[in-house]
Amino acid sequence: MNDLLQVNDLRVAFKLPEGELNAVKGVSFRIPKGKTVSLVGESGSGKSVVSQAIMGILPKIAHVASGQILFADPKNPGEILDIAQIHPDSRQMRNIRGGRISMVFQEPMTSLSPVHTVGNQICEALELHRSMSASQALEMTTDMLRMVGFPDPIRAMQTYPFELSGGLRQRAVIAMALVCHPALLVADEPTTALDVTIQAQILKLIKDLQIELDMSVLMITHDLGVVTNMADEVVVMYHGEIMESGTVEDIFRHASHPYLKALLNAVPRFDMKPGERLKPIREIIHADDNPILTAKRKRRVISEDDPPLLEVKNINKSFSIRKGGFFSKSIDEKVLAVDDISFYVKRGECLGLVGESGCGKTTLSKIIMRALSPDSGSVIFRDQENNPVDVLSLKKSELFDFRERVQFMFQDPYSSLNPRMTVQELIGEPLLIHGMKNVAERRKMVERLMDVVGLAPMHINRYPHSFSGGQRQRIGIARALALQPDLLICDEPVSALDVSIQAQVLNLLKDLKEALGLTYIFISHNLAVIDYVADRIMVMCSGRIVETAPKELLFKNPVHPYTRALVSAVPDPDLDRPLDLHDLLASKASIPSKWPAPFTVDEVNKMEMFDLGGGHFVRACKGSDALLMSHLETEEAL
Amino acid sequence: MSKQPLEHYVNPAPFDPASVTELTPQQERYYTASQWQIMWWKFKKHKLAVYSGIILLCMYTVALFAEIVAPYSLHNREIDYIYAPPQVVHLFHEGELIGPFVYSFDYNLNMENLQREYTPNLTKINKLQFFCRSNQSYEFWGLFSGDFHIVCPPDNSTFFVWGTDRLGRDIFSRIIYGSRISLTIGLIGVFISFVLGTLLGGMAGYFGGLIDSMVLRAIEILKSFPSLPLFMTISALLPVTWSPLGVFFGISIILGFLDWPGLARAVRSKLLSLREEDFTTAAQLMGASHARVIGRHLLPSFSSHLIASATLAVPMMILGETSLSFLGLGLRAPITSWGVLLNEATNISAVVLYPWLLLPVQPVILVVLCYNFLGDGLRDAADPYK
Amino acid sequence: MLGYMVNRILAMVPTLLIISAIIFVLIQLPPGDFLETQIAEMQSQGENVDQEKIEYLRTEYGLDKPMYVQYFNWVTGLIQGDLGYSFEHELPVNEVIGDRIILTIILALAATLFTYILSFPIGIYTAVNQYSVGDYVFSFVGFIGLATPNFLLALILLYFANVWFGTSIGGLMDEEFIGQPWSYDKFLSVLEHLWVPVIVIGTSGTAGMIRRLRANLLDELSKQYVITAKAKGQSPLKILLKYPLRLAINPFIADIGSILPDLLSGSVLVAVVMGLETTGPMLVNSLLSQDMYLAGSFLIIEASLVVVGVFVSDLILVAIDPRIRLGGGAEK
Repeated sequence: MNDLLQVNDLRVAFKLPEGELNAVKGVSFRIPKGKTVSLVGESGSGKSVVSQAIMGILPKIAHVASGQILFADPKNPGEILDIAQIHPDSRQMRNIRGGRISMVFQEPMTSLSPVHTVGNQICEALELHRSMSASQALEMTTDMLRMVGFPDPIRAMQTYPFELSGGLRQRAVIAMALVCHPALLVADEPTTALDVTIQAQILKLIKDLQIELDMSVLMITHDLGVVTNMADEVVVMYHGEIMESGTVEDIFRHASHPYLKALLNAVPRFDMKPGERLKPIREIIHADDNPILTAKRKRRVISEDDPPLLEVKNINKSFSIRKGGFFSKSIDEKVLAVDDISFYVKRGECLGLVGESGCGKTTLSKIIMRALSPDSGSVIFRDQENNPVDVLSLKKSELFDFRERVQFMFQDPYSSLNPRMTVQELIGEPLLIHGMKNVAERRKMVERLMDVVGLAPMHINRYPHSFSGGQRQRIGIARALALQPDLLICDEPVSALDVSIQAQVLNLLKDLKEALGLTYIFISHNLAVIDYVADRIMVMCSGRIVETAPKELLFKNPVHPYTRALVSAVPDPDLDRPLDLHDLLASKASIPSKWPAPFTVDEVNKMEMFDLGGGHFVRACKGSDALLMSHLETEEAL
Repeated sequence: MSKQPLEHYVNPAPFDPASVTELTPQQERYYTASQWQIMWWKFKKHKLAVYSGIILLCMYTVALFAEIVAPYSLHNREIDYIYAPPQVVHLFHEGELIGPFVYSFDYNLNMENLQREYTPNLTKINKLQFFCRSNQSYEFWGLFSGDFHIVCPPDNSTFFVWGTDRLGRDIFSRIIYGSRISLTIGLIGVFISFVLGTLLGGMAGYFGGLIDSMVLRAIEILKSFPSLPLFMTISALLPVTWSPLGVFFGISIILGFLDWPGLARAVRSKLLSLREEDFTTAAQLMGASHARVIGRHLLPSFSSHLIASATLAVPMMILGETSLSFLGLGLRAPITSWGVLLNEATNISAVVLYPWLLLPVQPVILVVLCYNFLGDGLRDAADPYK
Repeated sequence: MLGYMVNRILAMVPTLLIISAIIFVLIQLPPGDFLETQIAEMQSQGENVDQEKIEYLRTEYGLDKPMYVQYFNWVTGLIQGDLGYSFEHELPVNEVIGDRIILTIILALAATLFTYILSFPIGIYTAVNQYSVGDYVFSFVGFIGLATPNFLLALILLYFANVWFGTSIGGLMDEEFIGQPWSYDKFLSVLEHLWVPVIVIGTSGTAGMIRRLRANLLDELSKQYVITAKAKGQSPLKILLKYPLRLAINPFIADIGSILPDLLSGSVLVAVVMGLETTGPMLVNSLLSQDMYLAGSFLIIEASLVVVGVFVSDLILVAIDPRIRLGGGAEK
């Protein structure tokens, strides 16, 4: 056997109360020495089950029904073990697990024990697999921590996981997996829970360590962008079966299987032509004569000179975290969540808001919705007759009317629908609250709305538990549209969905915007998604807007260091546009005080938005025009 | 490490992304099932809980018709049969099927240790009568009088299935009558604790801030008291002049008043987590009123948990009443509850001679067990979407 | 850490003050003070009332002063260890109580220890062997334990001891030691007698504790960090001991706050039934005769015991849990 690992016709079955469920149905692939193999698939494809079978950590109710997992450990040349035949709790398997094959998990927040120090948890792996003195183990652990990029490894040994950020935690998990120098690293969605800039760093780290330690990597992911950047060979799974496998070139340049083709067509890419549509695996079909879509609503014709629909001016919001106890002086620590934000949204436009977790985008959307009140600033909304409405000073009944005009879409399709209400009650609720008391009339309306989002009206009496994530998200859209609002704020509406479903929902949102003349504020951390739906993009970091531009300008010519880091860190599912892992601005990109000269945020400098022309604005220090200009020129020269 | 490049493999099986599996009628039924239906299905799988529920239902029915079920009336005294042991119901006499009958007792005073000795007289066969009228007349719930019983003592014999006490009263009949008090006191107590707990816990959870910390402090303080001594102290303060009924309600109120912290805490934490749910925010952003948010979204989401918690609180109350009455600090004769009956068993030397005095304990254990199983089943079923 | 301790101790003060106020109200609730009741009783029996003695007692115990002064005096007395005056026994409460308090504390601590020692291994066993025969057996026994009122258990034990061995197993020490000063022999005698009431009192608490520990452990066992440890190649037993147990132990320790009042409650009944020389029987008697100062003293001592118990459990939690110690744990 030439390969490090071979999986032959693997079948894994789950024992469920209602019978056996075959999660993996005859999967075969290989992992060559020193190479990276990517296992790609959407949720429910069985890719994680395969990795658990290799590690011998299948859940109690699952078992390997048949097939082989052959492992040729380079340490013992000539010996080939069939992992599927070894009892998972046996000493032999435990020696392989963690010693020769290690694993990195998706959730850095939960995969470390909260009450043991990082050093302790890493040392444990060494104690298990290497016979060495305690001081040697400590030394090796510190070395490993340094290798994965901890600035102060000695101190890091003593920290607890909750004291670390997500990125650092994932580094600690990687250190733990690699400290015994395994022959194979199984990485199960190692970067899915991380921000893009951090993701790029972790991917680079894995690649570097792979070369340094001469190991193979099995990379399990749903993200095709990650695959093109990491994999040598690719295995595409769907419903427990392999659809297509081959070298990364074969898969991305000569995709043959309809599923893979559909998948590739469903991912938003940066090089899409203007007007090009994503092709979801299943398109939404609705009735031709749906009055909501066909009837010309009494809506203003949108003209260029219209004042903006929404104007936000100088919004500030800080949260105070109370520290101290019952009797001691309580110290209020202020955390600035939103810092002097101003922007506008034109009628009929889709404004994209990009930012990583914790940048304040959700706080901002809550302020616009009047779910939070800012410390200072104003929000002006224009009604159908273009009369300005001061949102922040609305009283009870005016606020009630305003709620009809602005609707919100949530990220989590599970939490956002009350599981105890039927679709009829869910979509009908805003109608009922806003005065449509007649039951028959409401039912008719709900049926039409269901049709608009492509749900069969015959399912009107079903409860949310009978729908998939994508369907639930569409129920959310129908509910948001029920009152025929002007503005729809979408907070990460597709980030919890699979790629193929994501395309379907994105297309739906796009179509509805045209058909109903809606205005969107579309919040996402995913640049490609934003690029697909938005007309104009706003980049947010640490509570500030750092750059705004029409999307063509922004991606072609990002000026702010944070935007540049963001753009360069997104893995594109295109073999011709690989990530430049060596030129990562990323490490300090989200710390405002570390930004280079005209952009540095500190206590001295006053910041303002510079007009770069064509609707392109960037945030820099006041009075630094010259510096900014020279900065731009040198960039262009390069 | 030269190797063959991986062969490009394409699954030859036909692929239809639009293939939708047909729904079975069961699935369709599940998909349109409300939370209560799913909970009921889940609850039904918990056999022990279902049987417990049935047993409890039977016990409450018996309590409702105590006068008819009990062969003797509550205060009936057979002075010839003081401390009589339980009589066994037989079916066969000398190998011959007779049907349910009892042997009469022969009484003899043992002069050596001055104890009463009852021996069954194997010649006197007394067939039991069923659905009969007897001299044991009663006022049914004080509404109308009657003398109809499910089972009556035979004409010229007694029928003490669980023996008699120091006044010659039938313990079985008294247990049946006692169930009326013992079974309801828990319900009334839980009702009070339920109202208080939901109100205070709900206010703490919904409004937060000062109200929240005040309620929390109150809970902390109440929880610091060992419940029974506090309970004893307060019930000792009930004026002796109160009527039996007044004492009964007084005790139930005290039980309920001291029990609310647990429920309030549950309501509060549930509300706090529900307030964070997106669907609550969604309702608020739709412009829903407080009443609608609470009534339509919050309350239905935790009412099932509340019912389960309340069910688990009932047995604690029943045990509380029993303990208290057992010590002589709770209900007192002429009210008859299981605890009052057990009060007779305080004296260990009496128990050694007449162990059947301990029999009123059986229904206590049975009820507490049933409530615990039922509550467990309800709690497991309370979250249908897990 | 020191700051936390000081904070925590300071936070106990208002709690204890409110508790004492509640108890004081309870003491004052019966109409009239005890002296009046006694005078009335003595007069009705045609006895002569020593007016002077009554006046002396009235001023001595400040019964002629306004309510808040009486409360203040009572509380300051409490702090100095003076629990007031038992009118029934006509002695200061301190003297009436004698070692009953110490015996009560010994009994409560022994029962707590018993509960923890027994429920710990059983809880682990049932969690690891979920749905095994042993699990079902322990669950069943646990349910019976929960459902049986412990005075009944005491009665049954007494009954069988009497029927089978013809002996009485009541009491906390041999009779010759009652009222005697503490000595080594007396201590041994207490130890000899202690086990029966400890078992009786501890049973229901143990049953509850096993169920909670089992549930907590099962919760922890399915967490991601346990799988991580498994992926490291650690053996199942060591994983259990190092990770889930370590985390499940927190609620276990926090339980002291709820277990202690239960044990104290249970011990009252058991003490009455078994004739133990603890505070229980005396509390019942004092309540039956409405000797409220005595009853109040018992209540406040027991409540303080619980407050201190919770304080101790909080300190242990801080010591063993870095998330609390380092003020972090802001898990998302």
